[in-house]
Amino acid sequence: MSKLTEQLVVETVDLTKNYDKTTVVDKLNLRIEEGDIFGFLGPNGAGKTTTILMLLGLTEPTSGTAHIYGYNSTREPLKVKRITGYVPEKVGFYEDLTASYNLAYTARLNGLPEDLVTKRVNESLGTVGLSHVAEQQVGEFSRGMKQRLAIADILIKMPKVAILDEPTSGIDPEGIVQMLDLIADIAKEIKMTVIMCSHQLYQVQRICNRVGILVNGKLVVEGLLDQLGREALGGGRLRIEVKLTEITSKLIDCIKRISGIVSVERSGDLLLITCLEDLRPKIAKAIIDANGLLVEMKIQRYALEDIYRKYFREA
Amino acid sequence: MKGLMTVFYKELADHFTSWRGIILFITVLLVSVFATLGPSGAIENLRQQLATPVQYGVGRFAFLYLFTTSGEDMPSFIWFITRFLVPIVGIVLGLDAINSEKNSGTMSRLLAQPIYRDAVINGKFLAGVVTIAIMLTTAILIVSAIGLAVLGVAPGSEEIARLLLFWGISILYGAFWLGLAMLFSVYFRPVAASAVSSLGIWMFFSFFMSMAAVSTANILAPLSQTPTTAELLSNYGIQITASRISPIMLFGEAATILLAPGARTAGEMLQLLTASGALWMPGPLSLGQSLLTIWPHLATIGGITAALFAISYIRFMREEIRST
Ligand SMILES: Nc1ncnc2c1ncn2[C@@H]1O[C@H](COP(=O)(O)OP(=O)(O)OP(=O)(O)O)[C@@H](O)[C@H]1O
Ligand SMILES: [Mg+2]
Repeated sequence: MSKLTEQLVVETVDLTKNYDKTTVVDKLNLRIEEGDIFGFLGPNGAGKTTTILMLLGLTEPTSGTAHIYGYNSTREPLKVKRITGYVPEKVGFYEDLTASYNLAYTARLNGLPEDLVTKRVNESLGTVGLSHVAEQQVGEFSRGMKQRLAIADILIKMPKVAILDEPTSGIDPEGIVQMLDLIADIAKEIKMTVIMCSHQLYQVQRICNRVGILVNGKLVVEGLLDQLGREALGGGRLRIEVKLTEITSKLIDCIKRISGIVSVERSGDLLLITCLEDLRPKIAKAIIDANGLLVEMKIQRYALEDIYRKYFREA
Repeated sequence: MKGLMTVFYKELADHFTSWRGIILFITVLLVSVFATLGPSGAIENLRQQLATPVQYGVGRFAFLYLFTTSGEDMPSFIWFITRFLVPIVGIVLGLDAINSEKNSGTMSRLLAQPIYRDAVINGKFLAGVVTIAIMLTTAILIVSAIGLAVLGVAPGSEEIARLLLFWGISILYGAFWLGLAMLFSVYFRPVAASAVSSLGIWMFFSFFMSMAAVSTANILAPLSQTPTTAELLSNYGIQITASRISPIMLFGEAATILLAPGARTAGEMLQLLTASGALWMPGPLSLGQSLLTIWPHLATIGGITAALFAISYIRFMREEIRST
């Protein structure tokens, strides 16, 4: 493992922001690794956007530090901005200019040489599927098109990190799925670390591998989604539901003998099995060996909502 | 520097391709043409004066008279420039420079790019100043061309020098209005608020300042039933000092001194009266004398402009930019 030498993409140390007397972000210690797709969650007013602004050097922390790829966000904002793509909460474009003009402006601000500007703009528009409206004024775009244009806008600089503040707000359900898949695909393709704020937990779960939940400016939980999910469901265990035509005590004994099984309970015509890992193949085999007739076997999946509720309530 | 130039070019292109810019440009063209060529414009008046060359003043600076002569019911070109054109162009170019980008959410995106924050405000200011310069150039060239074509008078070298100087101080004057408008656009989030503030200041100085100056003078140095010369002088002195608070007056004086070296502004006359007790009329001021006279005016306008810009700059540099 090269974990120790691995560069942290985002690191904040006791990052704090006060407005007047109220503390909006409270001694935040965030560490995000390369390749993560990090879901930054929390209720309205939790301080997510404020944290992001500090990461980008768009507002000064009251105390503490923020680093992106080792660059201090407050003291070296240009270096941070060169490698970071940011889609703000309410993203805007010059409405009376065309999509490609808007992106070309971004390209020039990033110092791209003139012969590369058009090429990069076309590529970016192609990636998000907006090539056909490249020469159309952005004012004529729908909400979803603008959000996709915002993704194209950050692709212009080929960022190593993308910070997306609610990139799916205001998009229809179908559009959200497409948008998230697009983000995930791009992240994989250009090896981009993603930090994404969202209130759509179900959708976040689709693409994030790691989540952090911020409540009142404090990170109440942070970790790998899988792990947190299991914890939310009960001590890192999995639950498997098995439906059989007939349940016999012999069968229950057989299942109990499999190593890794914690408990087997009967509930009507269902068996509720708690185990430490996904033992479905072994359970199926045990049932067949005991001449049981298997109707259905379901692994109970945690939902990000469970995690969210659990920690939100605790906070 | 790269960022500054990118912002500058974008803003400049905007000024010349947007409806706002086109309307401003058309206004400048129309006003220039009407002030000189209009039915009762300067040309008519000037033609008569040239026909009787003995008339005071006209002769040596005939070409400049194009810019300073008013027609029968048409004010002169420099009146338009001073009171109306330059303030309006400056204000309109700057009134939503910063806040509209904040409101539309483009500012967040702009400042997330690797450019220094001051590139944005400097680039916008510079683009505004260059736009003003281009519009003024056009206006002056139009008036000159009309003069050449209709009257056949060509400018002498001193006249050209005076026109160039006038061009320069008009740009400075435009920069003042632009800076004022941008200051409000940094401080006020709604565009309506920033627009009303800068237009309000323009209207105050343009329409009410002279009245305010008269009232101030009458309160501080009231005139008796049959005022003495001393009373008149001090009353008039206060009036002039008070009206010089107005950048419009300051610039108006400076422009007149530059373009009408034979004429005397109220301030100059007062100085003469106070100094010698008589309205003694020497010949036209030399270019050097004119410059010396207007130097304090220019320093004041330049200083105020720099201060306005500095206040906007400091505020903008430290500000938190949220897209909502
Ligand atoms: N300029 C400001 N002055 C004072 N308080 C502010 C300011 N900006 C934000 N706040 C407060 O800071 C808190 C955190 O705001 P922030 O925008 O970071 O929340 P958020 O987590 O992004 O919420 P949302 O999910 O609604 O976007 C809010 O309570 C807000 O009222
Ligand atoms: Mg937010």
